[in-house]
Amino acid sequence: MIDLRSIHKSYVTGSNSLHVLKGIDLFVDKGELVSIMGASGSGKSTLLNVLGILDNYEKGEYYLDGQLVKEMSEAKAAILRNRMLGFVFQSFNLISFKNALENVALPLYYQGVSRKKRNKMALEFLDRMGLKEWADHLPSELSGGQKQRVAIARALITKPRVILADEPTGALDSVTSQEVMDIFQEINAAGITVIIVTHEREIAQRTDKIIRLKDGNIEEIIFNQHLQKAAI
Amino acid sequence: MFDRDRWQEVYQTLKSNKLRTFLTAFGVFWGIFMLMVMLGAGKGLQNAAFDGLGDFATNSAFIFARQTSIPYKGFPRGRFWEFHTSDMKALEENIPEIDVLAPRLQPWGGNGSNNVVRGIKTASYYISGDYPSFSKIDPVSLMQGRFINDIDVLEKRKVAVIGIRVRQELFKPDENPIGQYIRIQGVYFQVVGVHEPKNKVNIGGEKDQTIYLPFSTVQVVYNLGDVVHYIMVTAKKNIPVSIVEKKCIALLAARNGVAPEDEQAFGHYNLEEQFNKMNGLFAGIQGLIWIVGIGTLIAGVIGVSNIMLIIVKERTKEIGIQRAIGASPWRVISQVITESVVLTSIAGTFGLMLGVLLLESLNKALNSAGGSNSDGMMFMNPGVSFHIAILALVILVLSGIIAGLIPARKAVRVKPIDALRYE
Repeated sequence: MIDLRSIHKSYVTGSNSLHVLKGIDLFVDKGELVSIMGASGSGKSTLLNVLGILDNYEKGEYYLDGQLVKEMSEAKAAILRNRMLGFVFQSFNLISFKNALENVALPLYYQGVSRKKRNKMALEFLDRMGLKEWADHLPSELSGGQKQRVAIARALITKPRVILADEPTGALDSVTSQEVMDIFQEINAAGITVIIVTHEREIAQRTDKIIRLKDGNIEEIIFNQHLQKAAI
Repeated sequence: MFDRDRWQEVYQTLKSNKLRTFLTAFGVFWGIFMLMVMLGAGKGLQNAAFDGLGDFATNSAFIFARQTSIPYKGFPRGRFWEFHTSDMKALEENIPEIDVLAPRLQPWGGNGSNNVVRGIKTASYYISGDYPSFSKIDPVSLMQGRFINDIDVLEKRKVAVIGIRVRQELFKPDENPIGQYIRIQGVYFQVVGVHEPKNKVNIGGEKDQTIYLPFSTVQVVYNLGDVVHYIMVTAKKNIPVSIVEKKCIALLAARNGVAPEDEQAFGHYNLEEQFNKMNGLFAGIQGLIWIVGIGTLIAGVIGVSNIMLIIVKERTKEIGIQRAIGASPWRVISQVITESVVLTSIAGTFGLMLGVLLLESLNKALNSAGGSNSDGMMFMNPGVSFHIAILALVILVLSGIIAGLIPARKAVRVKPIDALRYE
């Protein structure tokens, strides 16, 4: 599903150049539940951004479902993001003036789906998140866990191949975090590839594969069964 | 274009800072308002200035003989001379650019002595001997009866077409003047028509106090020989009348022993020149109005563009989210431009409507104050034509698009991830 071949990425600020990703090789198969861990500054968010076509990279090749993603026009990238990927962010990133239903339906709006049809689908997905009664509430009227569930519903509505989550539980308490992880596992069970960036071990522990980054390189890849032994 | 989400977003953006939106809109409003009011006022001035001209042929000239100032061919200077009937023929034959030639006799009038009698009423009027062709230069609008025709001239009939004032003064309101006789300078004429002037161009005397008689009749009855007092000519299409005027003067001078360089020997008046002068003046005024108006409008539009830049900046994160979940660059651009166009169009439409409203009420006030036919009015029927208003609307929408263009481009130039990270 995702195939990275020696990806290099650096940030240039003025005369300084910060080499963030130093040749990442990574393969994530269809239907995997993967977490990316690492200290802050290790490049885990940057990696996720490259995966999400939110940011470009200088060297290497990135194949998404067999398709090379490189120097892509923003219009084409927008279509790929819309059809293939679903995003879940730490700060939820819901549109503040749209209610829960409209937020969930938004990706379909960009696909040109009729209002009636997309609202019906959005209600379905909200229902699956247990938020049917909250459909007409604005984000400001929802709790953190509810907001994140709305965001997940929004990520799922286009039936993407890959869900990319950047610290999805970073702003949630531990009980809610576990609930959100339950949802991710459920999604994964339905066959969608899920990649979660996190620094919480409890979260990473619930994934199949942990990719540990250090200074822009993959330090180790831990599979779940090894994880059990590693005695966290 | 007409989906709810787009308009919801437009509404959200514009209402997020109401005062700011209002002030920005006011700039555009004021620009278009000023443009409309100034254009309307310019039109009012122009209408008032051209009103007197009416349907008078603007490609016409008038020539009459005056005392010579240069001795020539044995004639001394200071000679009084006149045109002759034979000159008319020569003019028609030698100057093909002439469209209408109307010679005129004006034996009396304007000196206050009573020259017209009907029953016990006497009065002083302008008497004019004319050809039917005169009506092609200064359309004679008849209230009653007819104008002088070719047969009148041919048979030297004693018929008269009287002005409205003549009718009012010599006839009772319920009396029918047609067929009645009036005595003009001792000779009886039958009234065949009553005319009412529709313009304010007066050649030789106020038209409502003028009695038109057949040219040939006047020549014979008043013993004027073959003299012509003055001529009126119009030029053929696309030929400036000033050329025709010059040619006529040259020919008349040559035929009557007047020095070709003697400019004082001719009195002449060229309506086209006056018309062009006025036209030039008002074209200049209108040009100035457009420059100032468009300038004001541009100031307003730049204001909109600036505010849109700020709005885009404020919404960077939101736009980043939209792009992350699949909004295409074109959608972001069109959203920003829609907002800009909505802002300018609404503000502009208000300006347009208020401007037209102001002009309309001004129009009403003027009309009720002075009536539609008042003389010497500096201002008349101010207003903007429908196509100017439409043009202004088109300019508004276009300027809205232009105002939105730079901010919209800025909105999509940021990488989605930078937009998302923006706080």
